[in-house]
Amino acid sequence: MTAVDTARQPAGPQHATARAPQRSAVPLHRLIVVELRKLADTRAGLWLLIVIALAAAATVVILLFAADAEQQTFVEFFTFAQLPSAVLLPVLGILSVTSEWSQRTALTTFTLVPERGRVLTAKLIAAVLIAVLALGANGLFAVVGNAIASATGGDGSWTLGGDMLVQALVLQVVLVLMGYGFGALLLNSPVAIVLYFALPTVWSILAGLVKTLRTAAGWLDINQTTTPLSEPAMTGDEWTRLGVSVLVWVVVPLVVGWFRVLRREVA
Amino acid sequence: MITVEHLSKRYGDHPAVDDVSFTCTPGTVTGFLGPNGAGKSTTMRMICGLTPPSAGTATVDGVPYRRLGNPGRRVGVLLDASAQHSGRTGREVLHLAARTMGVDRSRVEEGLERVGLNQTAAKRRVGAYSLGMRQRLGLAHAMLGDPGILILDEPANGLDPEGIFWMRGLLRDFADRGGTVLLSSHLLREVEAVADRLVMIGGGRIVAEGDKAELLAASGMVVRAEDPDALDAALQRVGLTGTRRADGGVVVQADAAAIGKAAAADQVVLLELRPADSGGLEQMFLELTAGDNVKEAVR
Repeated sequence: MTAVDTARQPAGPQHATARAPQRSAVPLHRLIVVELRKLADTRAGLWLLIVIALAAAATVVILLFAADAEQQTFVEFFTFAQLPSAVLLPVLGILSVTSEWSQRTALTTFTLVPERGRVLTAKLIAAVLIAVLALGANGLFAVVGNAIASATGGDGSWTLGGDMLVQALVLQVVLVLMGYGFGALLLNSPVAIVLYFALPTVWSILAGLVKTLRTAAGWLDINQTTTPLSEPAMTGDEWTRLGVSVLVWVVVPLVVGWFRVLRREVA
Repeated sequence: MITVEHLSKRYGDHPAVDDVSFTCTPGTVTGFLGPNGAGKSTTMRMICGLTPPSAGTATVDGVPYRRLGNPGRRVGVLLDASAQHSGRTGREVLHLAARTMGVDRSRVEEGLERVGLNQTAAKRRVGAYSLGMRQRLGLAHAMLGDPGILILDEPANGLDPEGIFWMRGLLRDFADRGGTVLLSSHLLREVEAVADRLVMIGGGRIVAEGDKAELLAASGMVVRAEDPDALDAALQRVGLTGTRRADGGVVVQADAAAIGKAAAADQVVLLELRPADSGGLEQMFLELTAGDNVKEAVR
């Protein structure tokens, strides 16, 4: 078998290089670059990013015009600017997984990289990186906003506690990963997007209506447990509650979805 | 080199692929023929590690596809030209693949040129492509990593006659330079023009397999005489029987010399004596795969 192969090599000079041992897998960093690029190279992805950026800029404008002078501080600009990406970035996380199935690109993706776990890992890291990038971009908007505020009579103080920075980062990463998990679990863009927004909201409403659910909601309602992330100095209790809800809303869908992608037949 | 051994796939009670074995060797084009729903695509997906087989194995250069590491550099695969993100441009699709495989970016432009997608087409989104353009993009994608093996599922679908002719040349050239090609189609004539070997599949099973020349030889000779009845008599005298075709020709399972001698002995004037080739093969193809369209309707 191999003998035939080698004997044929001189016949195809162009193939000689391709026939050289290529057993080494595609390095992960290359896959991450590819997955990051995929987030922005379609109309849906690109416009989502543009809308997030525009909305983040809008938060600055709103604070400059509508907020009281003493509220125009860096920490206020920074916290408010996180809102658009916290809401919309998860959609990008959903699409990064579901579009492979809805658009059927899984066929080419997994023929180029048969180790599906590596593709999923690359997508996960790309999602986290885009969340970090968003945090940075939001920070830049806040810097511009606060600079304008200090020139136009706002408070303009520059203090930003380390806790706020960490909490903002956790907020972005947790939500984008929740989107990713929903995407992997459902593998269908519209269904995953609708359920991502609807399920936690329905749960919040139910918990508001039914008294017996209220205690559970304090631990399991991710809308409720992520709220303290936007306020200074989260307590240990609040972190624990966040951890429990993240387990349910992020870790479980992600793990189940991960195995679903590994096993699902690509057609 | 592609080696398929006893490959089977069952979906519930339905055997989509049933004990299929064949090999594709370097320097040859293997035509994988069968009606729609015969199991061609399922077999190809199993070779590429996308569908886990119920039984059997498939290897590429002796290695299961999933363990090839960076398969794009060894095997070019086009399983469905429409399976591309409609929102990406043609060029972007190739750029992503080039990055993944670690291929130089310059190969993207070369690839676009090779398949005849110009600058305007490369900038358009795949959603706006015709099926023929998608096939061309898919071929560029498959050949991007300069592989030694091509696995193509119905690549001629949607191509115009000029495109089909062009693709045949491309694949012939690829094989002549030592490459291995596995090419599926539900149209015999399309594959016949380029393939060296044929694997025919019907209802998930291999119904015929071998050298194209051998299969063609097995399909007999066509002979046409000025006086058909005299020819029939002449053939009968030497123990040959033929089946009459619509155009007045007779298909005979014998070599040219035997038929010619029989005709000469009876002084029958022959107008035509040639291998039945595609006509006979097509008949065989239809007979061997008859009844499959019913199953396809259920699938």
